[in-house]
Amino acid sequence: MGCVESMNYEIVLRDASFKESRDYIKANFKEFIDVQPGFKVFDIYVIGLPPIAIGLDGDFVIFPYTKPCHGTFLLRVEDAEEAARLRALKK
Amino acid sequence: MAGEPTTNSVTALLVLGCPQVPVQTSIALYLINRLKKAGITPVVAGNKAANILLVVADPDRHYLGEVMDLDRAVAQITDKKRDFDLCFVFIHNDAGVSYAATMGAISKAKLFTLVYGEHYEDQVKKIEFPSTMIAAKAVHNPLPLKKALDEVAPWAV
Repeated sequence: MGCVESMNYEIVLRDASFKESRDYIKANFKEFIDVQPGFKVFDIYVIGLPPIAIGLDGDFVIFPYTKPCHGTFLLRVEDAEEAARLRALKK
Repeated sequence: MAGEPTTNSVTALLVLGCPQVPVQTSIALYLINRLKKAGITPVVAGNKAANILLVVADPDRHYLGEVMDLDRAVAQITDKKRDFDLCFVFIHNDAGVSYAATMGAISKAKLFTLVYGEHYEDQVKKIEFPSTMIAAKAVHNPLPLKKALDEVAPWAV
């Protein structure tokens, strides 16, 4: 499991419900992909009700990160390589 | 955390939620006891606080077997390195529902959702994926949830 703390991330949404997180991505990002629970973004296995939306905005990846006590956070991380990898999955 | 290796017997994963609702630790120990008596090997997966509450309460490991980090359990199941026959997910908030849906998607285990807490009905409404639901309004007193669990008797599967 990758450590989120080691990443340079921005919190887009905090202590959200899973549905709020999914709705936010679909409402605010033109580009997104739907993945299944357990899908790996960076070194993180995403948690949630399928389908899980992951937003793409240029070189930024926006994805949900869920912790048992704090709900779901939407994190925004800049990584051109990971954005390109995810974008390629859409095709 | 140290634990016992799993055997070839029927195995059960207990996915703990945030331990802020007191009944979780009590019901987890009760369920572990019932599973072990039925010859089922229980493995606990939770965050650090949830796991430590159990480990401190059972220092001689009369009940507890293997205890593992929740993120590691998700990783191992997703990567097909490990799976279980039964999976019990403790739910009292939205994150609990997310973990249960995830277990339902990544694991072949028969899924049980244990729903409790002051607003347990709000969480029940979100569970639209296949599972055997065991739900009760239980916050400090574990007996309503114990009663619901006994009625289902998942250790008898």
